[in-house]
Amino acid sequence: MSNLALIIYCGLITFLTRFTMIAVLKKEMFNDRIREVLSYVPSAIFPAIIFPAIFLDNSGIIQLEDNPKILAAIIAMSVGIFSRNVLATIFSGLASYWAIIFI
Amino acid sequence: MNNKSKNFLKGIKDTSPLMIPVVPFGIIFGVLAIDLGLTPMTTIAMSVIIFGGASQIIFLQLFSAGASSLVILSSVGAVNSRHLLYGTVLSEHLSDLNLTWKIIVSYFLVDQAFAVSNNHFNKNKKDKDKYFHLIGGGLNCWTIWQVTTIIGIYLGSIIPEKLGLTFAIPLTFLALLVNDFRKLINVIVIIVSGTIATLGYQIIPFKAYVIAAASMGLLVAFILTKFMKKNYE
Repeated sequence: MSNLALIIYCGLITFLTRFTMIAVLKKEMFNDRIREVLSYVPSAIFPAIIFPAIFLDNSGIIQLEDNPKILAAIIAMSVGIFSRNVLATIFSGLASYWAIIFI
Repeated sequence: MNNKSKNFLKGIKDTSPLMIPVVPFGIIFGVLAIDLGLTPMTTIAMSVIIFGGASQIIFLQLFSAGASSLVILSSVGAVNSRHLLYGTVLSEHLSDLNLTWKIIVSYFLVDQAFAVSNNHFNKNKKDKDKYFHLIGGGLNCWTIWQVTTIIGIYLGSIIPEKLGLTFAIPLTFLALLVNDFRKLINVIVIIVSGTIATLGYQIIPFKAYVIAAASMGLLVAFILTKFMKKNYE
């Protein structure tokens, strides 16, 4: 599949997830129980991106020692928990990562 | 000023504070795409056609890891599944619109626009032009997203690879979870999903670890919410 075709398909999928419920939903199809479980979708998906990017090296091997990303992520997470600020979280993580690898 | 314009401008105004984190996110996306060897035109096409930060960054992540098209498509689908919830919540306010407007509104249904328009709709249930609030907010996000993508494309050729900007990907997603770290069930779901993804990265075929981990995480959420509810009843 060419890159552009893949992008168009991904765009179509993204659009359909936004459009489907608005277009077809009958209210009674979604009860509070389903709604409640769906509210955990971000907590279920985002860690699957976060954890491997922090704990794995470039070849996909788990790297727990000599890994500056772990400490930087812990700092970012602590800043996030206390500040609840998206920007502060991202930049504290990047800044500590740079401080560890460059100093 | 007519009612539609009023709603439209209110949408722009309400989403504006939420645009601050979108700026670095868009720039990071543009920088990464160029870093990974995509052309500027392909990069812009992604921001216009997909128009979803999380989807686009996961696309890059899996694309650079050599994942198959099917895995990329299904992972983008999995990441986007939260939009089904947005649509569900908003559908009661948008059910009177005709198909064309439903299509337009859906294209602009991004996290930030959903967050503010959902509030606005609940406060203005009787206003039949209230959907212009979502279009204003969505268009605000859209404009910021395209402009920052282009800035990122320019910076991508200047910023050295040594800076390790790819680390901004997990940080950005970490930042989107800041409100969930204080809730016990969320923390358990986060740990389950993250652990499965890390351990399964090499084992689970076709780079399907994102979907596998997310499904397990949701299953755990399903069980825990049921269990905790029973405790309280």
